[in-house]
Amino acid sequence: MTDFLQVLFVGIGDGAIYAMLGLGLVVIYRSTGLLNFAQGEMAMFSTFVVWTVWDLGVPLPLAVLAGMAGGFAIGALVHQVAVAPVGDPHERPLAVVMVTIGLFVGLNGLAQLIWGTLDRELPPLFGTGQVTIAGVAIGWQKIGAVIVLAVLALGFWLLFQRTGLGLAMRAVASNSESASLVGVPVPRLLMLGWGLAAAVGTVAGVFTAPGRGLGSNLMQLTLIFGFAAITLGGFDSLLGAVIGGFVVGIASSVVPQYVPGFEKIPLAPAFILILAVLLFRPQGLFGRQQVRRV
Amino acid sequence: MSLLEVRGLRAGYGIVEVLFGIDLDVDAGELVVVLGANGSGKTTTLRAISGMIAGRGEVTFDGSALIGRRPDQIVGAGIAHVPQGRGTINDLTVLENLRIGAWTRRDGDVDTDIEQWCTTFPRLGERRDQAAGSMSGGEQQMLAIARAFMSRPRLLLLDEPSLGLAPLVTAEVFARLREITTSTGTAVLLVEQNANLALDFAGRAYVLEAGEIVAAGPASQLRHDETVRKAYLGI
Repeated sequence: MTDFLQVLFVGIGDGAIYAMLGLGLVVIYRSTGLLNFAQGEMAMFSTFVVWTVWDLGVPLPLAVLAGMAGGFAIGALVHQVAVAPVGDPHERPLAVVMVTIGLFVGLNGLAQLIWGTLDRELPPLFGTGQVTIAGVAIGWQKIGAVIVLAVLALGFWLLFQRTGLGLAMRAVASNSESASLVGVPVPRLLMLGWGLAAAVGTVAGVFTAPGRGLGSNLMQLTLIFGFAAITLGGFDSLLGAVIGGFVVGIASSVVPQYVPGFEKIPLAPAFILILAVLLFRPQGLFGRQQVRRV
Repeated sequence: MSLLEVRGLRAGYGIVEVLFGIDLDVDAGELVVVLGANGSGKTTTLRAISGMIAGRGEVTFDGSALIGRRPDQIVGAGIAHVPQGRGTINDLTVLENLRIGAWTRRDGDVDTDIEQWCTTFPRLGERRDQAAGSMSGGEQQMLAIARAFMSRPRLLLLDEPSLGLAPLVTAEVFARLREITTSTGTAVLLVEQNANLALDFAGRAYVLEAGEIVAAGPASQLRHDETVRKAYLGI
């Protein structure tokens, strides 16, 4: 039992990270209707920004805030110089997807150029301390990840459901031409969406780095799990990203431990989940099926 | 000076020119219709005025030039545009559609206006929390018009409101529109294929053919014009 709880909590901690990256993916999916393949690399890049600021002697929490601001700037810049000039993602989806794949490679290369190829050490944001619950030791870092995720998800929910700005962002996502015709400055809101997605990605990177070492490949596995999370939860659902993140995290932790044969293929449960969802419920658990009368 | 003055407007898509120098005017509070066959450039005219596509020439609204300004700035200047196909924001509720219509406003009367539109169009009030995309075509058209009026425009650009609607529903939409424009004093530049209906509604009309204005005058006069009758009224 203790073993199982131990494995479960590892899964929950990982799942919170996948969910954070998933939130960023959902925000961009909502505005463009596309998966942003560069989401992980944007997060990696801004995590390096966090490391650089921290390395200068700034306390880690402040460095994380600085990195989020840096991430926001990177996301906004990426949209302005690389995504927007390609054209309307609803009209040229493949071109924009190719751009995000190009950004994946480009940001990765740029990070190696700036910070080198040796892994850096970023300490855990919530320290290395542990608390014992029901005989199981849980790192504060994992509890912290769940709390931070809850704050981020709540923040996004409030933004989208309770503010005029969020309403405008949803309008742009649903019908950008009509949003434009009622006076919403569509390009600026798309830029805002990319900035926010990159900022939340920073936090995912900050929680990933301590266990894995901060290198240019920091988020590549996490991105796969993030995709699995939002496929499960629904591409356009914030709640789905959170639930999906936890399910994928727990499955990836528990299944290899208890199901014979999976210990050598720890990625497999995530892919099996993606496959099953696409077969039986393509819109995901919480995703909206398109309702449209013509 | 007219509220809207268009002089030598040229516009198109890529290398394809659609408009070859259009002149038209709309006075404050005036109801004007642009008639024309499919592909004559009616929709393009409206899109060029509202900044959705680039245009060349002169478009002056209330004395200030519009060419080169962004759509959101043009809405802010007082022009609302209901696009062809109604432009329903499907994933938002009826109330949210109305609220986003007031995006350019910074006054505190938005909620009052929303309630007023829900009274004017009771169906919208009944379905206020329903996703707009799930409503019928007529309801969506009424929502589109109400949403456009939420910006308190001085000029409404209205693109083929009768498209895809049953005749009775179309008649109701036009009746409501007439009431609204009478009470608000909003000018309307309407684009329609249904010439009979449009000439009943508007005071003045232009006839567009292959990107050029070929006839213009009071609606009552154009109704009896032999070429217009043959080409657009089918009688």
